[in-house]
Amino acid sequence: MTHLLEVQDLVVKFGLRSGDLTALNGINFTLNPGERMGLVGESGAGKSVAGFSIINLISRPGFIASGRVLFEGEEISAYPLEQMRGIRGNRISMIFQDPMMTLNPVLTIGTQMVETIQAHNQVSAAHAREIALEKLQKVYISSPGKRLGQYPHELSGGMRQRVVIAISLLTNPSLIIADEPTTALDVTIQAEVMALLLELCKHEHMGLILITHDLGVVSQVTEKIAVMYAGRIVEQGPTTDIVTNPRHPYTKGLIQALPQGGSGRGRLHQIPGMMPNLTSIPPGCAFHPRCEQAMDICRRETPRLFGDAEHSGLVACHLYSQSR
Amino acid sequence: MTDSKSLVRISNVVKHFDISGGFLDRISFSGGMPALTTTTVKAINDVSLDIAQGEILSVVGESGCGKSTLGRTVLGLYPPTSGEIAFRGQRIDNLSPKEMLPYRRKMQMVFQDPYASLNPRMTVRQILEEPTHFHFPELSGSQVQDKVAEVMRQVGVDPAWAGRFPHEFSGGQRQRISIARALMVDPEFIVADEPISALDVSIQAQILNLIMDCQERFGLTYMFITHDLSVVEHISTRVAVMYLGTLCELADKKSLYGDPQHPYSRALLSAIPKLGAKGFAHIRLKGEVPTPIHLPTGCVFHTRCPFVEERCRREIPKLLTRPNGSQAACHALEEGQI
Repeated sequence: MTHLLEVQDLVVKFGLRSGDLTALNGINFTLNPGERMGLVGESGAGKSVAGFSIINLISRPGFIASGRVLFEGEEISAYPLEQMRGIRGNRISMIFQDPMMTLNPVLTIGTQMVETIQAHNQVSAAHAREIALEKLQKVYISSPGKRLGQYPHELSGGMRQRVVIAISLLTNPSLIIADEPTTALDVTIQAEVMALLLELCKHEHMGLILITHDLGVVSQVTEKIAVMYAGRIVEQGPTTDIVTNPRHPYTKGLIQALPQGGSGRGRLHQIPGMMPNLTSIPPGCAFHPRCEQAMDICRRETPRLFGDAEHSGLVACHLYSQSR
Repeated sequence: MTDSKSLVRISNVVKHFDISGGFLDRISFSGGMPALTTTTVKAINDVSLDIAQGEILSVVGESGCGKSTLGRTVLGLYPPTSGEIAFRGQRIDNLSPKEMLPYRRKMQMVFQDPYASLNPRMTVRQILEEPTHFHFPELSGSQVQDKVAEVMRQVGVDPAWAGRFPHEFSGGQRQRISIARALMVDPEFIVADEPISALDVSIQAQILNLIMDCQERFGLTYMFITHDLSVVEHISTRVAVMYLGTLCELADKKSLYGDPQHPYSRALLSAIPKLGAKGFAHIRLKGEVPTPIHLPTGCVFHTRCPFVEERCRREIPKLLTRPNGSQAACHALEEGQI
């Protein structure tokens, strides 16, 4: 079976006057058709850059320095701009964090949807409107006919994000990349929007890459997780394994730092320090200054992601390579 | 509750904001005759609650429910439209600015965004010294400096960095400085308005621990305003759930999370993302939150409530105390239907 998406040794750099800044330092992952994956990490971990670089949305001074992105077996990272347009927003759709920024405030919802369809397919405006209506119904928007004539500011935050999801569905993509789609929303609306996204992915057999800092949301929606730290994937594997039995000290720390229901009022586990600035990533394992179990080797050698027979996931940590 | 332990008492507070604008904005025509209209946002509608000495009372609710307005009204940053606020039995909402001064020292605030709440042109030392000079004019320069160093150590920022500016610190450290600024004047009560929402998970844990440490060390009382329900479950003593400017439920943490009563609390708690859960089992609410300009009649939640009945549309439910000491305002609960 060909993978839906295959990312191989992807390196993204930002050209600065003081030299190149490495935002993404060789990441690898694959996604099968219909599979849902979470990219998790804190601000500055490179998770959004990873999502953007898949469809080559990195704008200057950023650039893909090396590595390949294969989508349905084609090397889309080598595509020229013109050819990339056939992929972007068509076979791979993207959902961004803030729906108010993604929707054009001076165009009606209908105009924006028809525009998207006609950009990718040769259909009449009337037919495009029919498609738009059908997709709005799919995301459970009440009175969809009326919405087509409304402007984004007339809708509530949750409804706007539904419209954005409907737009991303217009071209029947096989992969959706969602970058913090519910961070700007309240919990009850977040639950509605995430449940909708999950249902659509299952129903339409779409792949999903969910970029978020919220481990709770990721564990409810995805089948596998990649945890990122300072531009690298430090641990990846099936969601249940990572959530219940994390192996990398950073993943462990992240999960223990979450207030858990019923655990009483003890002190929360805290990871000392903070994520390093990309200009000064520590040598060796980037996490070693914050790691309680750091060893000599961690300061010298950058651990590679590897797996073993007992675990289904991969981890980049010397703690496990020694015991192997 | 009328026990003497109450530190801050909020009684029947109402806060409306007039947003009608200028004279020309207010003119409207009805039946050909010009008329002046006023538009008010009904941000808080008759909220009463007591905050006990030494507790962390969390106020939760979704955007626009009036939780931040409540916090600011308690501190006197907004004058209430009606109702009373008392601190240690002394009514403070009608005091003159001069009479209010000693209370301002005892009641401090920590804001959400540490990027916006610290003056970028002042060094950390200046930020921390300013309130101290103001509230403790009798202290000498060196005494103030000692206090700055002591408080910086208490919140975990190296006093050697006192000469730096806010932009030289990370988000988490800036929030520590905000907390230090509040602690400089030895407050008894702190309103923390979404103090961790702008921070990453690992940094959130650090700040939450600091907040709990300060509570233990200085016997502080907090009003903790947030939308993050898992954080609330961790740190609170009691929790107040607000919806559209109204208090729906007030209960100690255990009974709220174990057995939420009000239909809105049930829906809210069911929507918390849970680690290790598969899929979603949240209670779906119909429709959207109505605007606080045109409040629904009767119970404000009736337009979305799954248990709505005729009485809810007519009559505003009262906050009733239940056998376990928690309070909820719901007709269906009162009648024993749910």
